[in-house]
Amino acid sequence: MLFSSIISSILRRLKFRRGVKYYFTFIGFAIVLSFVLMALLASFISPYNPVKRAGAPLESPSFKFPMGTDGLGRDILSRIIHGTRIVLRITLLSMTLSFLIGVPIGLLSGYLGGKLDSVISLFMDSLYAFPGLVLAIALAVMLGPGEISMGMSLTVVYIPTYFRMVRGEALSVKENLFVEAAKAIGAKDRTVMFKYILPNIIPSLPIILSLNAADAVLTAAALSFIGLGITAPTPDWGFDLRMGYPYLTSKIWWPSTFPGLMIVFLTLGFSLFGEGLTEILNPRLVRR
Amino acid sequence: MIQVQVKDLKKYFPVQKGLLERILSRKVDYVKAVDGVSFEIRKREIFSLVGESGCGKTTTGRLILRLIDPTDGRLIFKGRDITFLKGEELRRLRKNMQIIFQDPYASLNPRMRIGDAVGHPLEIHGIAEGGEKKSMVFETLRKVGLEPPEKFYNAYPHELSGGQRQRAAIARAIIVNPEFIVADEPISMIDVSLRSKILELMKQLQSELDLTYLFITHDLAVSKYISDRIGIMYLGEMVELGLKKEIFSDPRHPYTIALLSAVPIPNPRVKRKHIELKGEVPSPINPPSGCRFHTRCPFKEETCETEKPRLIEVTENHYVACHKAQTLSIN
Repeated sequence: MLFSSIISSILRRLKFRRGVKYYFTFIGFAIVLSFVLMALLASFISPYNPVKRAGAPLESPSFKFPMGTDGLGRDILSRIIHGTRIVLRITLLSMTLSFLIGVPIGLLSGYLGGKLDSVISLFMDSLYAFPGLVLAIALAVMLGPGEISMGMSLTVVYIPTYFRMVRGEALSVKENLFVEAAKAIGAKDRTVMFKYILPNIIPSLPIILSLNAADAVLTAAALSFIGLGITAPTPDWGFDLRMGYPYLTSKIWWPSTFPGLMIVFLTLGFSLFGEGLTEILNPRLVRR
Repeated sequence: MIQVQVKDLKKYFPVQKGLLERILSRKVDYVKAVDGVSFEIRKREIFSLVGESGCGKTTTGRLILRLIDPTDGRLIFKGRDITFLKGEELRRLRKNMQIIFQDPYASLNPRMRIGDAVGHPLEIHGIAEGGEKKSMVFETLRKVGLEPPEKFYNAYPHELSGGQRQRAAIARAIIVNPEFIVADEPISMIDVSLRSKILELMKQLQSELDLTYLFITHDLAVSKYISDRIGIMYLGEMVELGLKKEIFSDPRHPYTIALLSAVPIPNPRVKRKHIELKGEVPSPINPPSGCRFHTRCPFKEETCETEKPRLIEVTENHYVACHKAQTLSIN
């Protein structure tokens, strides 16, 4: 029901708005979708094993190695294709968790109000006050490297964005007459929250979700870049970028440029999708 | 038999102040929305509360339903004190008393289909589920004139007109078989052409389902059409209370007389006493001393400024709160 309500409100608005941003949404969606396909089909489409030596070190791009090889002679294209899996997994994990934690807390806090709301808001705001990357670095140092701990630290970074969004919306939605009507027919608080308030907030959430995903891709890459993320030899864009950039001074550009471009494209895909959705669903939304 | 009894009901809302004001003065101001109102509603009666906007009639309705908590006073429903009911007991009480709101565009959840919205009270009170619920919803939709019910069952509120939405809201209110319904200006936001139909429906449902209504309106003409007894409110107080016939033929309070003279009579030959009110309704934060109406009353005397008139019975079952009630008359 919730899903269909999102789709229906997207479709309804689409009829009226067909600006540039309308096309952004589809371009962004196409980019994200192609990365997802790349991740799913990684084993089939990558020409070499990403963690095994395939040729000489630092071979320049050719027909044999379309993106060249890295310092250890591994095929960069294959590493990039497999790296998609890691980045999407981390993004998916952290987005799911922060959504599942941030949304109910925001709903509860905004709907119930009072002291509980003040305490939770204060806590969330203090988390939110940190720049995302700084907080992620601090958490990643505490949790140690690895995919799961990266996902966890990103989860904590993005919980406040959902919380703030949902709390704010809940505060305004609960003033509606239909909420009083629900109380008048004897609905319990839980019923009011999940049947009357949440469905009216849901349409604003995909926007936050995709903008957060774009941010998470960048943050995850940054964590790997400074060595707090994925450990070698697992293929990871941020880590590969880090390994490749010392060669830049020797005019060997391919080991760092291609992973960097991938990060840019995926971030761009999520952002375009999110921006487009914002324009379609909720033109007045204030976002991070 | 008495369905609802309201005794000296009060509701004061604290006034929100800025930070600086709060630091500078400790005193908290209150909006005295309802200030000592007493009346009773008999079973199967339509009782109207009439007054200008801001006189506290809507607040009174919400207080009776316990949607907001009273500051003081007592509420008695079918002989049972419900002033302090809480939690589960209050929830169970909601099955017996329902409300129809003024704005049918805001009172239905925009993301809930009509069938779900109307059937929700059944689920909440554990009366029916699944197919049984659906057939009860169909029956109720038919009762309120939303036919064919299949068409409305799966519709969203935005697909319906104002009149249809209000019918759906009425359906939601009556589906649990309540005994008492507060109708808060149920027709004031509906197209003029549809108003009488909704009123007709409410009257018809009343006789079919043995309902008791508290009908809140600012329109004397509407209250004349629908009610048995009328209470006139001004600035949070009841100023006149009596049978409809009495109120219209022998109004005693200057405010009632003024309201009545604002109702057009479709007969140019009829002459009657005309009172025009000057000025605005005073602020309920600092209501006037004595009789609250004295700032606008054309018959004001000195006592009116200092002494508060009590609601006294001038003729049988006709109560007026005015020092000059005995001498004033429309005739």
